[in-house]
Amino acid sequence: MSAPTLDLPVKAPAIVPISIRRRIKNNIAAMLFVTSFVIALVPLGWLLWVVIQRGWYAIIQPGWWTHSLRGVLPEQFAGGVYHALYGTVVQAAVAAFLAVPLGFMTAVYLAEYRSSRLARFTSFMVDVLAGLPSIVAALFIFSLWIATVGFQQSAFAVSLALVLLMLPIVVRSTEEMLKLVPDDLREASYALGIPKWKTIMRIVVPVAMPGIISGVLLSIARVMGETAPVLVLVGYSRSINFDIFNGNMASLPLLIYSELNNPEHAGFLRVWGAALTLIIVVAVVYLVATVANRLIAIRRR
Amino acid sequence: MSTATTPALRARNEAKARRGDRIFKSVAAVAGSSITIAIGLIAIFLLVHAIPSLRANHANFFTSAQFDTADSNNLAFGIRDLLMVTVLSSLCAMALAVPVAVGIAVFLTQYAPARLSRPFGALVDLLAAVPSIVFGLWGIFVLAPQVSPIETFLNHHLGWLFLFKAGNVSLAGGGNILTAGVVLSVMVLPIITSVSREVFRQTPGPHIEAAQALGATKWEVVRMTVLPFGRSGVVAASMLGLGRALGETVAVLIILRAAARPGNWSVFDGGYTFASKIASAANEFSEPLPTGAYIAAGFVLFVLTFLVNAAARAIVGRAVKT
Repeated sequence: MSAPTLDLPVKAPAIVPISIRRRIKNNIAAMLFVTSFVIALVPLGWLLWVVIQRGWYAIIQPGWWTHSLRGVLPEQFAGGVYHALYGTVVQAAVAAFLAVPLGFMTAVYLAEYRSSRLARFTSFMVDVLAGLPSIVAALFIFSLWIATVGFQQSAFAVSLALVLLMLPIVVRSTEEMLKLVPDDLREASYALGIPKWKTIMRIVVPVAMPGIISGVLLSIARVMGETAPVLVLVGYSRSINFDIFNGNMASLPLLIYSELNNPEHAGFLRVWGAALTLIIVVAVVYLVATVANRLIAIRRR
Repeated sequence: MSTATTPALRARNEAKARRGDRIFKSVAAVAGSSITIAIGLIAIFLLVHAIPSLRANHANFFTSAQFDTADSNNLAFGIRDLLMVTVLSSLCAMALAVPVAVGIAVFLTQYAPARLSRPFGALVDLLAAVPSIVFGLWGIFVLAPQVSPIETFLNHHLGWLFLFKAGNVSLAGGGNILTAGVVLSVMVLPIITSVSREVFRQTPGPHIEAAQALGATKWEVVRMTVLPFGRSGVVAASMLGLGRALGETVAVLIILRAAARPGNWSVFDGGYTFASKIASAANEFSEPLPTGAYIAAGFVLFVLTFLVNAAARAIVGRAVKT
């Protein structure tokens, strides 16, 4: 007896073709998801294009990067943003100098002693600080440093406000980096009888260092464009002031804000020139963060 | 060899190590506590400086729409209008940003090729790096003239709805709450996207595979597994974005036109948010009583963002645990 030859499947096919309606729905959904991504890119490209187009003329003028606006008339397009550039960089640097040690130790506490109740509560508070509006940070420093202690407005007060805004970013990025370090390294170190603090400082932190550095740089880039603190805590000056504790000091956002009141064409050029300068400065810090990360990673290998 | 490990020496080393550990741990704990202390100090200092002005206030702080601080003997300030503008502009931003951000997050985690997902995500994150004052400049000088015709159209055809009736500033130029909301939506897009992306990425593989095994199309997979799994994460992400939008200062300050009379819940109103009101008066902070009025507004903003962020955090905590 030979088996009967089959020229048709005995059973109905298990896989039914997808109906037209479901296929259309599927395609529409895919299209919407791609569209939403494109929608996000439109303002980014548009904004960068406008700022470059309008700011380009100003930043290639001789003296834009090396002169201040001292003695320059509102309607006269001359001078540059040297004084504001100095203010932006120095205020952010001082803030970083204060925020990094504090943020670093907090991150160590959160990452290495995370089981304690205080650590969990602190983690919550870091999130609260991350959501703190910059204007509230500025008001707080105003009421503490200027209204209560009695200091004058100064660039240092701005740096203090920036510390509050930087801290959560530094803490979160450092904590993430420390948590990425494999536990094997810690255990190997403990097995050799090395105390915990030495293990953290000599084994764990060096491994996480590239990530920590780029996190710190990113937090600097983030606070450089903050405008609310400089509006409240320091006055605008058209000439250079090197002293962070006394007197008015310009910064790029403050320069933009005050030149907005200048109806002349020179004001327009300065506003967009300073906006482009600010974006370039932030981009440079971002770039340094990426490059530093890469370089250190390569050297380590 | 034997001398180095005499019991006495070992004991001394251990004691030293333990002392080092104790000191290190307490330094770290002090640093950690400084964050909590800072939050506490913010609340206390704002409150202390606000109370004298609140006592001297001649208007009802919560229901008055005026904000007269020129005469310190006759302070009259209330937050009704500030609250309205703040809430309305932030809600506009949310309504525009949340659907787009969820779409981007789904695109990045489910649709984009794996190799491109990361660079695409970085591109969206770049929006967060643009300083807010630059967003403000772009918003009022570039975007506002473009959205103004759309706003006129909305006002013309949907004016019977209270949201779109004529506001207290002129429609021309576009310096109103809707424009501010559009700019804010761009500013909060990266934060909502990045949190939603993280949640969507955690969708359990077996869920997705089970849906695929049932013959689901890609969209049905997303609808049945990814979106339900990430729902609470998206809510938390939106609240984080809301917190950001409520406190945004300079972009709103540049965009919104000052209004002569209080607004009435139209998106074509002008005026000030909490943050922009404070920033607009920043160079007049000399007399303690008028300054205290602004600090009182700042305290309300602080409480508002604190509540929103704490709620977001609670939802995230629950979403991660389950």
